[in-house]
Amino acid sequence: MNNGTVVKLVDVHKTYRTGEMEVRAVRGVSLEIEGGEFVALMGASGSGKSTLMNILGCLDRPTTGQYFLDAADVSKLDRDKLADIRNSKIGFVFQNFNLLPRTSARENVELPLLYGPHRLTNAELRAKADAVLASVGLSGREEHYPSELSGGQQQRVAIARALINSPEVILADEPTGNLDSGTSIEIMGAFQQLNDRGITVVMVTHEPDIATYAKRNVVMRDGMVLNDLVVSERRKATTELRKRTDEHA
Amino acid sequence: MRIGSTVNVAFRALRRNKLRSFLTALGIIIGVAAVIAMVGIGNGAKAQVEAQIASLGENVILIFSGSTTSSGIRTGWGNAGTLKIEDAEAIRREVPGVIAVSEEIRSTTQVAAGNQNWLTQVLGESADYLDIRQWQLADGASFTPQDVRSANKVCVIGRTTATQVFGNDNPVGQVLRIKNVPFVVTGVLTPKGLSAQGSDQDDVVIMPYTSAMKRVIGGTTLRSINVQVGDARSLPAAQQQIISLLRQRHNIRAGKDDDFTVRGQQEIADMATAQSKTMTVLLGAIAGVSLIVGGIGIMNIMLVSVTERTREIGVRLAVGAHGRDILSQFLIEAVALSSVGGIIGIAFGVGASKVLSVYQNWPTLISLSSIIVSFLFSAAVGIFFGFYPARKAAALDPIEALRYE
Repeated sequence: MNNGTVVKLVDVHKTYRTGEMEVRAVRGVSLEIEGGEFVALMGASGSGKSTLMNILGCLDRPTTGQYFLDAADVSKLDRDKLADIRNSKIGFVFQNFNLLPRTSARENVELPLLYGPHRLTNAELRAKADAVLASVGLSGREEHYPSELSGGQQQRVAIARALINSPEVILADEPTGNLDSGTSIEIMGAFQQLNDRGITVVMVTHEPDIATYAKRNVVMRDGMVLNDLVVSERRKATTELRKRTDEHA
Repeated sequence: MRIGSTVNVAFRALRRNKLRSFLTALGIIIGVAAVIAMVGIGNGAKAQVEAQIASLGENVILIFSGSTTSSGIRTGWGNAGTLKIEDAEAIRREVPGVIAVSEEIRSTTQVAAGNQNWLTQVLGESADYLDIRQWQLADGASFTPQDVRSANKVCVIGRTTATQVFGNDNPVGQVLRIKNVPFVVTGVLTPKGLSAQGSDQDDVVIMPYTSAMKRVIGGTTLRSINVQVGDARSLPAAQQQIISLLRQRHNIRAGKDDDFTVRGQQEIADMATAQSKTMTVLLGAIAGVSLIVGGIGIMNIMLVSVTERTREIGVRLAVGAHGRDILSQFLIEAVALSSVGGIIGIAFGVGASKVLSVYQNWPTLISLSSIIVSFLFSAAVGIFFGFYPARKAAALDPIEALRYE
């Protein structure tokens, strides 16, 4: 794990042109994220946080400005180079999980390995996937299809998929958007655990209480960073879960 | 990447939807099976025609008398009476390489024995005729050159005539009345089956041509002359020599048309083969259309599949797939479907041909080349019809694809 600066945005702009309209989704964002940080990216819809997330995820390139990921400038790379960066340095977790249907948890987790630089045998793929699934608490579910898993379990399969190539940074886009509050806390617990292991996590959310599980909150408005602050009363998922079970008891 | 992984990915995707994969391949299965079976039937028919042509005899030249024109009505070949017995004698004598000659006249005549009668083809021939045609006797003996010289009232008969006139009795030694002239049947021929034109070659009475001229058909001219040459290489030369010999004998001046026609067996064979080839091409083309329809089926399903799997493509792109990984995945899926369909189709086509041969008595001939060609063609159909959907999938934008509902 890198303990220096993992993500560095320098005056990033993103402008979309739809016909006559010019949408300036991101207007000059400069941001640095150190290794081992847990950042919640917040803001109302239309604030530009999703666009910024796409740029951070190398799914999109900034119109102007620079993006250094792991000290390398990735803002001018072509489609295939960006794909390689996504494969090796970024793990994605989506709101709707985006698991392949009718595909076992194991095969879903193996997916990034198939597009990686190393050609692995089926046995190697399997061993790696099973190990990562175990690390997110899904031992014994390797053969299950997504439809046979609960929402929280599906999201953990997605987290395992994001982890399989040991990325520099995990990008989570509204990871709790489709989950109930209890499961949301579990998933935040999973992220906190990863973060405790030193993995950098950047998470988009519009729920303020979910954001308090992160260490740092970056709030956006109108394509610019409005606030950038350290979370003062950070919540621990383990404590919250214990509280909830106590209440129910 | 890593074509091995892509193959793996493609097969995983196909396995995920077995029913759809099977239905997609079904179009190709039917198309290839149809091509194999149709071409098999066509080739079988061609082989049968070739066998029939071969049954005319080896290295045979047929000379037909010219046609007549009377009051503007032209009769067919063999009716003008321009060929004389002496012409046949001259060919026998003067053309080198000739090993057998048979003077031929023919007529359709009523024959009778006991209380049965039958309309059949009466052929007048020389004693060499059966050798030229490579036609064996099933029973009895042929008439002899002596019988020809003496115009004896003897004949051999084909299987059909034998059954129709004599029923289950053995015809050898019995009397067959032809135009009320009693002929002794000296032999029964082995069955030869249908001719290339579809007439029953076994519905026949063969007698010395002299007997036919004097006692049955009348006339003194020949309808045709069958000539057999010793080996195939001297065939063209013999054909040329026969033409110049006959022109000279018939006093035909240079620049005038022949009053006879010479046909090599090869020409007849070529004509018949050309016909059955046309049929094979026609059948193959019809079957080929179904193969193309099968290919369009693949394209249709692949297009639906690209739309339906937009999000899957988005995820693959997000986790690091290049555009060409997606392209090859969809192409491999299409080619796998079409080639597996092709292999199953080949099995079905071969099976269908066998069934047709056994139950319908249609001769079928499956050639290795038709199997290889239809397999390669089905794979090509997969590439061709899979390419457009695959390119469409590869060009998707990952952000759009991930957001697709």
